[in-house]
Amino acid sequence: MDTIFAQATASGRAGVSIIRLSGDQAFSIASEFCNVPVTGRSGLRFVRAADGSLIDRALVLFFEAGASFTGEQVIEFHVHGGLATVAKLLAELSEFDGCRLANPGEFTRRALENGQLDLNQVEALSDLIDAETESQRKQAICVLEGSFGELGEVWRADLLRAVALIEASIDFSDEEIPDDLYLEVAELVGKTSVSVSSVLDRSSIAVKIRSGFTVAIVGTPNVGKSTLLNAIAGRQAAITSDVAGTTRDVIETRVDLKGLAVTFLDTAGLHVSNDPIENLGISMAYKRSDTADVRIFLVEQATEALPFPARPSDFVVLNKSDLRAKAGLSVSGKTGEGVSELLHLIAESLLKKTSLDVVAIRERQVKGLNAANTLLLNVIALTEQKPLPFELASQELYFALTELDFVFGKIDIENVLDEIFSSFCLGK
Amino acid sequence: MFHVKQFDVVVVGGGHAGCEALHAACRYGLRAALVTLDKTKIGVMSCNPAIGGLGKGHLVREIDALDGIMGVAADVSGIQFRLLNRSKGPAVQGPRTQSDRWLYLKAIQATLARESFTLIEGEVSALMSSSGVVTGVCLSDGLEVCASTVILTAGTFMRGTIHIGDERVSAGRMGEAAANELSVQMESLGATFGRLKTGTPPRLNGDTINWQCLEVQPADDDPVMLSFLSESPSVKQIVCGITHTNANTHDTIRKNLDRSAVYGGHIKGIGPRYCPSIEDKVTRFSDKTSHQIFLEPEGLFTNSVYPNGISTSLPEDIQYQYVRSILGLECVEILQPGYAIEYDFLNPQGLSSDLESGLLGGLFLAGQINGTTGYEEAAAQGLVAAIGVAKRLRGVSPVRFDRSTSYIGVMIDDLISRGATEPYRMFTSRAEFRLKLRADNADQRLTEQGYVSGCVSLKRFSKYTEKIEKLTFCRKALSTMAVSPNQARVAGIDLGLDGRRRNGHELLAIPGVSIQQLTVLEPSLIDSDAGALIQAGREALYVTYIERQGRDIAALARDLSIQIPTAFEYAGISGLSSEMIAKLSEARPRSLGAAKNIEGITPAALTAVLLRLKTQKLRKAI
Repeated sequence: MDTIFAQATASGRAGVSIIRLSGDQAFSIASEFCNVPVTGRSGLRFVRAADGSLIDRALVLFFEAGASFTGEQVIEFHVHGGLATVAKLLAELSEFDGCRLANPGEFTRRALENGQLDLNQVEALSDLIDAETESQRKQAICVLEGSFGELGEVWRADLLRAVALIEASIDFSDEEIPDDLYLEVAELVGKTSVSVSSVLDRSSIAVKIRSGFTVAIVGTPNVGKSTLLNAIAGRQAAITSDVAGTTRDVIETRVDLKGLAVTFLDTAGLHVSNDPIENLGISMAYKRSDTADVRIFLVEQATEALPFPARPSDFVVLNKSDLRAKAGLSVSGKTGEGVSELLHLIAESLLKKTSLDVVAIRERQVKGLNAANTLLLNVIALTEQKPLPFELASQELYFALTELDFVFGKIDIENVLDEIFSSFCLGK
Repeated sequence: MFHVKQFDVVVVGGGHAGCEALHAACRYGLRAALVTLDKTKIGVMSCNPAIGGLGKGHLVREIDALDGIMGVAADVSGIQFRLLNRSKGPAVQGPRTQSDRWLYLKAIQATLARESFTLIEGEVSALMSSSGVVTGVCLSDGLEVCASTVILTAGTFMRGTIHIGDERVSAGRMGEAAANELSVQMESLGATFGRLKTGTPPRLNGDTINWQCLEVQPADDDPVMLSFLSESPSVKQIVCGITHTNANTHDTIRKNLDRSAVYGGHIKGIGPRYCPSIEDKVTRFSDKTSHQIFLEPEGLFTNSVYPNGISTSLPEDIQYQYVRSILGLECVEILQPGYAIEYDFLNPQGLSSDLESGLLGGLFLAGQINGTTGYEEAAAQGLVAAIGVAKRLRGVSPVRFDRSTSYIGVMIDDLISRGATEPYRMFTSRAEFRLKLRADNADQRLTEQGYVSGCVSLKRFSKYTEKIEKLTFCRKALSTMAVSPNQARVAGIDLGLDGRRRNGHELLAIPGVSIQQLTVLEPSLIDSDAGALIQAGREALYVTYIERQGRDIAALARDLSIQIPTAFEYAGISGLSSEMIAKLSEARPRSLGAAKNIEGITPAALTAVLLRLKTQKLRKAI
């Protein structure tokens, strides 16, 4: 059985947040983060990520199987409640095989199954669980009535048909079935994937409004990225010098931009370096700028080749305008010229994003949609293989449907057969 | 009244379910009797002359893995072996053969003749019972056959009614009397029968078919057998003809639709969606101008041809008209008209997983009486019922049939948890753990269990252990391999240059990698058995998917063990929407695992149900 985890305290900013981990692997997984205290004792520990970076100094508790709330091995991390700390720890936990975010009521369910609760406790908890499932239901209803809900119906219909087409190709291959049904499968699944991605995008905007956007400043060494960041921050956040490669790590500064929380990242200069430490910084720079909402490509000449392709939301900015003639979008980090215009343009662009139809969904729903989307992309990749592995495409599609259970519930084989028999004249 | 000796089990009906049940009972060493209306019809193929196919071929392999008789009989009588989905993955390949009807029947009868049982010709008119437990059967001539258990495999005989146009005849098959008294007597015991319908096409005289103008479908060059014990076909392989209906055919059918028994309103029974009559095809898919027909010779020594694809309940004169409008059949003679048949069945939702009926203790039901269709589905149930009988009488260790380990398990679970609203047929798509349940590994899934239980002979078990030894040797050779990307390149396998060493199983899981390439890398594989290498390759193909499904299987097993009482009240469980309440109340799942399979059920709803179950249980404990 999977080892499961979840934030046990309310989400959002808090003094201390508790993250609970339960299952056969809880102890061994926790041991990857810190030296786990002996059972029944709490200990203050440096909790480190897989790459060795410090996540937080946290209070860690270990409960042995049979002596915990769920009856399984349980680890509790009491971390300082910053959103980033909690998010980091949850993300790190989900990297382990067989370790995943708990479903609604899953901790309680395990406690029940392992006989850890007496009647009074169950009844007391039942209110809690009812509330949990009830709120889920309410959300489902509101989701069903809203645009997401309508989408859910469309997803269901499209994926049901996709399953039916694959299954017809398998189970009725000796009958008069067109042999290019996989084209429609790829189309239906692709359409759903785009739609799921769009919900995810819109939901991530909702999260961004709360937790903030990121803007990465990228460019070749010594182009003046740190100087620009300092100008934006209005303070000396990054060390600047004339020596190329000064910024080896990623330096951030958080500013309020027309009411939006925006984190600006100053990244290491992108070039081929022989310095292993600088190279680490460079690869980090690529990674962080890839996930940023907006990237500012700082260049010295308008014709300069960019280190990687720009997206429509990115800006290409000519720097050190104090040293050259002005042309296009240009700034000078030193004199501050053009910086407020640039910030204005960025703010406009971010505000435009927030005006999209925002979908508020929960962390675990985001997880489900993300997982489903990955699986849908697997299906599409399989439909492009020759010979087409129908049974694998079907299996990936069913895995995706399971992830989408919370949106439209279980799809029954009888519905699949209905779709098959109403689409094709089959049977001898 | 005349009494014969006391039996352990009496099997009623000599069709595919009955024969398989009888033979399994004999393998268990039970004192068995077979009651059948006509002993010359034991093992007869009433409808299409073929065994196996997609899903069905899987069932035959599972029956065979438990030493059943269907696979071997199909192989010795097989006249056109074809592996369906040959170009697709092994999990969805289904072995199938067309059989010579007469040879098949002879093979079944000869196999049964080697066992010791009592054969009684007659019609069962009543079940005998005492305090809720069956004690035998009573025949219409007054003979009483006493037995501790009864396996009833009535096929289409219980209140069977044949329809041809507006003609209606009481019959179990063409030319054979129906069994009507038994239905009435069982109703007095509390049985509620439903009606199902199936149909069969006219049989054609092959000597009057113009074969020259027809496309043909040959047998496979490399025939795949249905039984694990068979090596190659026993008799000559034949080709089938292929022809098509046309606009004239459809016109004739449309014009005379009101004379069809089904469309004329004479039939109330529900037919299977996947065996539509030609009337159905023309009506429901009116934009389709042509339908394919396979002309399947029914044997090597007969002129009878089975036109697969045009079952009908139109009057005989119309059958002549439309059949003769088809290419190659312009002068054809009909040997026996097509017909529809309606018969009694019992909702299988009342059965135990051993197929024991709730009506009487010791009464087991198998085959069409449980709402299924197909020889393979029937035979599998006959086997399950016999194992159930052996368990009841001898306490043998049962063979476990689960959704995650066998197609038989999928079928039994579908029948008892969902019932049948139309004749139930197996498809591979019904098996959610399809990648694990392959035709090629049915023996690996079932034979050892069968041997322990007592229905598998030492001979088969030895052959099976031999296969496993070879496979183990081969698996070991594969798992001790440690191939670097550079070495792999020599064998023509491109792994990039990730520096990771891989074993043989991991290499085989990569699309396009063949056993031959591995032999270059690991010469000791040459000593491996060729069949074992192929089998190891099949296993490797799905291993990552099966691992991913492993957790689902564990979760299902856990949920199946959580029983839901029949009187469980869903209304009033907070957290359950009215839609969920309606679905659950209607389906009445027996376990949380069964609830999980209901259309539209969400994980949150299952949690709410579980919580109520646990609360009730704890309350009772106080």
